[in-house]
Amino acid sequence: MKYQTQRIAQVYFTVALALFAIQVIGGLLAGWIYVAPNTLSELLPFNIVRMLHTNSLVVWLILGFMGAAYFLIPEEAEREIHSPMLAYIQLAILVLGTLGVVVTYVFNLFEGNWLLGKEGREFLEQPLWVKVGIVVAALIFLYNVTMTVLKGRKTAITNVLLLGLWGLALLFLFAFYNPHNLGLDKMYWWYVVHLWVEGVWELIMASILAYLMLKLTGVDREVVEKWLYVIVATALFSGILGTGHHYYWIGTPGYWQWIGSIFSSLEVIPFFGMMAFAFVMVWKGRRDHPNKAALLWSLGCATLAFFGAGVWGFLHTLHGVNYYTHGTQITAAHGHLAFFGAYVCLNLAIFTYAFPILKNRDPYNQVLNMASFWLMAGGMTFMTFVLTFAGTVQTHLQRVMGEGYMDTQDQIEVFYLMRFGAGLAVVIGALLFIYAIFVPRREVIEPGPVERERIEHDPDHVAAE
Amino acid sequence: MSDTARADASGTLPGDLMIWVLIVSELLVFGAALGGFMAVRTTDAAGFAAAQDHLDRTAGALNTIVLLTSGLFAALALRACEVGSRGRARLWLGAAAALGLVFLWVKGLEYAAKAAQGIGTETHPFFTFYYLVTGFHAAHVVAGIVILGLVSWRDNVANIENATAFWHMVDLVWVLIFPVIYLLR
Repeated sequence: MKYQTQRIAQVYFTVALALFAIQVIGGLLAGWIYVAPNTLSELLPFNIVRMLHTNSLVVWLILGFMGAAYFLIPEEAEREIHSPMLAYIQLAILVLGTLGVVVTYVFNLFEGNWLLGKEGREFLEQPLWVKVGIVVAALIFLYNVTMTVLKGRKTAITNVLLLGLWGLALLFLFAFYNPHNLGLDKMYWWYVVHLWVEGVWELIMASILAYLMLKLTGVDREVVEKWLYVIVATALFSGILGTGHHYYWIGTPGYWQWIGSIFSSLEVIPFFGMMAFAFVMVWKGRRDHPNKAALLWSLGCATLAFFGAGVWGFLHTLHGVNYYTHGTQITAAHGHLAFFGAYVCLNLAIFTYAFPILKNRDPYNQVLNMASFWLMAGGMTFMTFVLTFAGTVQTHLQRVMGEGYMDTQDQIEVFYLMRFGAGLAVVIGALLFIYAIFVPRREVIEPGPVERERIEHDPDHVAAE
Repeated sequence: MSDTARADASGTLPGDLMIWVLIVSELLVFGAALGGFMAVRTTDAAGFAAAQDHLDRTAGALNTIVLLTSGLFAALALRACEVGSRGRARLWLGAAAALGLVFLWVKGLEYAAKAAQGIGTETHPFFTFYYLVTGFHAAHVVAGIVILGLVSWRDNVANIENATAFWHMVDLVWVLIFPVIYLLR
């Protein structure tokens, strides 16, 4: 660790991982409710479980992004974070808000209160006081990292990262605007959710991935930056108007069907670009970095993001297809692999890379960490396939044959059973990952026969350091 | 001559990598929109032909001439800049931008005529595409005029080359739109 203030990241990552555990266990519970629908129906209704599952996901991912910013900005800007104190205050506000949200949701306190009660807009249910807290924390954060970058070296990575983080915060302001007209309500609602995951979060993803590639493969910064700019340009070009794919059936004019179909089809390009980028960098890179697990997560991130966000997104983005599949399990399949591939793997990649450095140790528990990758990635991929099949059958029975919703649900139960199994694998993988990160045991993988021979006989070979 | 890349025997592209990323992306979008138009047209050929008769083909043809001439002026501006005559380059850029404005004016007359007949985006699928594709193209003409203005202020060969590449893309797209939407029977 070159800069003392990078340690701030460790606290953010720790809180993020705690929420990650809660999120996946909540997911498992929701998966079980699909199998046995009366589970906890009085105590913790399904809609609350689902809300906790998605909201804790979003919060821990954002905490991870912020931690990643605190970790990589000192190295990129070549100076300490402007104010560590502010960074901890910011985290305290976010943790308080998160606890407040959970308590409000679970016990449904303050129903109907304008300041304290939940606001009931899916994913943006947070009571008003929490929303204000999020904005205050975001302002503190942006002030802190922007001051650091302004005083230090400006690189393409920090520029793109800051653009993404500013965009994230500014777009959240639409959470405060809630028009009475339901069509308009949905329109602005997507400004937050869509323009995050298919807009500014992609910038954050690309810049963190670029940082990881720079460190793990040792490819020239100039090459990395060129890729970064192309990825960012195509992400914004396709992602902003790609929001149109949410405007097909909410009462907006018909031309949105074509705007949405065309632009969102192109959203596959930046994700393909990121995958190509990651693999080309590894091929070109001459550096044999000892943190193999971080490299596995980085490559896994780029690959699964391409399939989950890119391919599975395209699967149901054309309005002619979406007319039938809208709101079926196809959407759930896409949502799971896209979030996991693009943003969960990205966070776990930077955690895997950063933790040994933050703890001043050589990379440790790599085999365990990589096993957790295969468990989580395998489980999530299986879940995606299962839900895709469930969605296909559901679409046919419900939307083509016109059977009732619940009749259809009864007929796809077998898929929900398999999904629960897949979810169990993901949860075990997640807990294994958390153990591997927090309980350091064996360090660095011994070089294998090929690597040993190269070290001995090839004077040009750069050994793993 | 400057040392910026030219489309010559070496096979390198003129202009910046990023402008080509943009141009390819734009061509994909317009290509997909025209593809969608053709596909929907097969479902209602008679309706599309009847709707097309409401378009002003003469105005479309006039605009084709205007925009292509404007493209020529932009190319002449680049050539003038390369031989170092700044004043002449700016004059050509101004002429190119002025023809861009003429294009928009003609387009505006067309839209006004449609509006007067009560034709909107929801009147017929043909007009959904008509407004969407030509409106999106017109927005690019506006952007192109702004870019031509910017590079006549920051007038170096690299900038003018990028602006001209963008402006030619706007020409090219119109040359595709005009036959497909206005003429194809």
